[in-house]
Amino acid sequence: MIEYLVVGGLALYGIAIAVAVIRMIIGPTLPDRVLALDIIGVNLISCIAIISVMLSTTAFLDVILILGILAFISTIAFARYLERGVIIERKRDS
Amino acid sequence: MKINDVILHAVTKIVVFIILTLAIYLFLSGHHSPGGGFVGGLVLASAFVLLYLAFDIETVQKGIPFDFKLVAALGAFIAAASGLGAVFFGASFLSQAFDYFDLPILGQTELATVTVFEAGVALAVVGTVVTIILSISEDV
Repeated sequence: MIEYLVVGGLALYGIAIAVAVIRMIIGPTLPDRVLALDIIGVNLISCIAIISVMLSTTAFLDVILILGILAFISTIAFARYLERGVIIERKRDS
Repeated sequence: MKINDVILHAVTKIVVFIILTLAIYLFLSGHHSPGGGFVGGLVLASAFVLLYLAFDIETVQKGIPFDFKLVAALGAFIAAASGLGAVFFGASFLSQAFDYFDLPILGQTELATVTVFEAGVALAVVGTVVTIILSISEDV
């Protein structure tokens, strides 16, 4: 029973990632594409969690942490680029 | 225009320490499980990149007064010197050794000389990645 649930969840996450990829390709504006990229990152984290349940191992939990950190930093970088046009400032003007 | 990024600064001050903890954990767990100096160095560099993103270059360099080119050079020197140390004991270049010691709190612990080599690799990776990021960002 649990195997069917795990495989079904993995398939649903695959569909979600495919829909996000479509949005990233046809997205009219740049914030749509950034948001689709963030959604793909979060869904990949969930996929790795489900795979580690399916294989009953804990070796992939470091991958989840690193992927979460990279998704967080990339979201901040894209948001700064959209908002100000510069990612790392030389000196703050405040 | 004055920009208000209180939330980003407050989150960054907490999350940076979580990332640094994960980097130390990855560096030390690389002996028997996935991890090691390269991955630990990359995560450490991502913590520095997050600091540079949230604040600016001059503020971070006032708090962390390292020249990251020198850090990369020091890491490469440590990695090569730890490999060269094996030559003086009659072993071939980059040979590593380990032994078991009784430490006061930790009990019997396995200490290996490959940790020194991994520390050099981590320093080289941190210096290289932060130098690349800063050189790219200066073009704007």
